[in-house]
Amino acid sequence: MARTPIVFMLNGSERASFADPGQNLLEFLRRGVGDLSPKYGCGQGTCGACTVTIDGETQLSCLTLAESVAGKHVQTAAGLAAGATLHPLQEAFMENFAAQCGYCTPGMLISAKALLDRNPTPTREDVVEAISGNICRCTGYEPIIEAILAAAKGRARA
Amino acid sequence: MIQSVETHATLAEAQRAMGSDAIFMAGGTLVMRDVNAGVAATRIVRSSDPVLADIRLSGDGVTIGAGVTMATIAAHRDLAFLAPVARSVGGPQIRNMGTVGGNLFAPHPYGDFAVALLALGARVNVAGQIGAPRPLADVLRERGRVGIVASVHVPRPQAPGDFGFLKVSRIKPKGVSVLSVAAHLPRQGGRIRGARVAFGAMGPMPLQATAVERVLDGQALDAPTIARAAQVAVEGLDPPTDALATAWYRREVAGVHLKRLLERMVRG
Ligand SMILES: Cc1cc2nc3c(=O)[nH]c(=O)nc-3n(C[C@H](O)[C@H](O)[C@H](O)COP(=O)(O)OP(=O)(O)OC[C@H]3O[C@@H](n4cnc5c(N)ncnc54)[C@H](O)[C@@H]3O)c2cc1C
Ligand code: FES
Ligand code: FES
Repeated sequence: MARTPIVFMLNGSERASFADPGQNLLEFLRRGVGDLSPKYGCGQGTCGACTVTIDGETQLSCLTLAESVAGKHVQTAAGLAAGATLHPLQEAFMENFAAQCGYCTPGMLISAKALLDRNPTPTREDVVEAISGNICRCTGYEPIIEAILAAAKGRARA
Repeated sequence: MIQSVETHATLAEAQRAMGSDAIFMAGGTLVMRDVNAGVAATRIVRSSDPVLADIRLSGDGVTIGAGVTMATIAAHRDLAFLAPVARSVGGPQIRNMGTVGGNLFAPHPYGDFAVALLALGARVNVAGQIGAPRPLADVLRERGRVGIVASVHVPRPQAPGDFGFLKVSRIKPKGVSVLSVAAHLPRQGGRIRGARVAFGAMGPMPLQATAVERVLDGQALDAPTIARAAQVAVEGLDPPTDALATAWYRREVAGVHLKRLLERMVRG
């Protein structure tokens, strides 16, 4: 079977790898490219652990054909921290105990980042809506909502 | 196992490339589930035809490309009447991916957007088809055999209050349908003329509630009419039993939710 070479931008840097026919973006990122931050929860679109942004929009990498990202910008949670400096959302998740097992966290962070990029001063309802496609089985969501609101407030102050 | 993914520049080429070993893929939210499970066809056919992404307003309606996503509809300033419907589909990621065309072919319990289109009397343009666009009800009935949908033509409600949509789910804000119901009730001199009501998750595909339409036609939308409409809500429908609800439950509550929708439309 012919493998397809794919050149795309991952967290701001150009990357290239081969995709198998029908391979989903999640597997491609994890196995082909070596970015382990998007997680495999269900492979069916229901959990959101695999959420990435493609050209700024949140999408589910498990339901995206790897080859459809050729020439596009993909963002994963691995690109949030700048060296040893955490992204304000990551800081806020830490401060607010918004991660327990942490499995949902990369997807939550990406959904939260996409929200704040579009709407820097979200209401609580906006936050709930933005993470409604991400399941967390540990925290009960409240700490996550608080963390995202706190990160937004921090930004508004800066 | 998928052996190839083909992207065709035009819908005509994509149409020619289809065959029993191929599946057409739009947003992929349903197709990729099958691909991941290893139960999909061997070829994936896609198209980058710009027609698929086009939204064109005409006098009394709008033509929406089959590849337009739920998120695009929810954000489009001229499609406010469809925004609540688009927002009811899945979570944010699904809405960024899932398309109008895919929703017409989505099996139970999906197809909420198609329910609204059915109530609005939408017509479907099939790629390579000569002649007038086909009524959506026909396309829904023949789902396996219609070919590739290029766009849907949707009549716009004359007054915003003429159209209403309600989705009942167990998980909020995101969850699949226990049922969904849409009503388009154009009024002339206070009387309903040309009522169209459709239910989702109440049969193998979105279905028109013709008994309800007959009760509503020619009447004012008042309490006695609404009560009679609710009584006949499930006539002709054949709800399935699934993990969310039994057929019995769906039959019991369909009239209640229809009543709530109609009462909301009275309040405006
Ligand atoms: C977690 C999750 C939640 C969901 N929630 C909802 C929901 O609440 N409500 C709801 O209605 N749906 C829901 N869905 C189902 C689905 O996402 C939507 O119905 C969506 O609109 C399907 O569009 P798509 O472009 O992703 O379809 P695809 O997966 O690309 O295709 C689906 C089917 O349609 C066919 N198809 C697609 N485009 C065309 C075309 N132009 N012409 C002919 N055939 C075509 C494909 O061949 C395939 O058979 C959900 C799905 C998931 C995974
Ligand atoms: S792994 Fe993609 S949504 Fe669960
Ligand atoms: S922290 Fe465990 S699933 Fe969210």
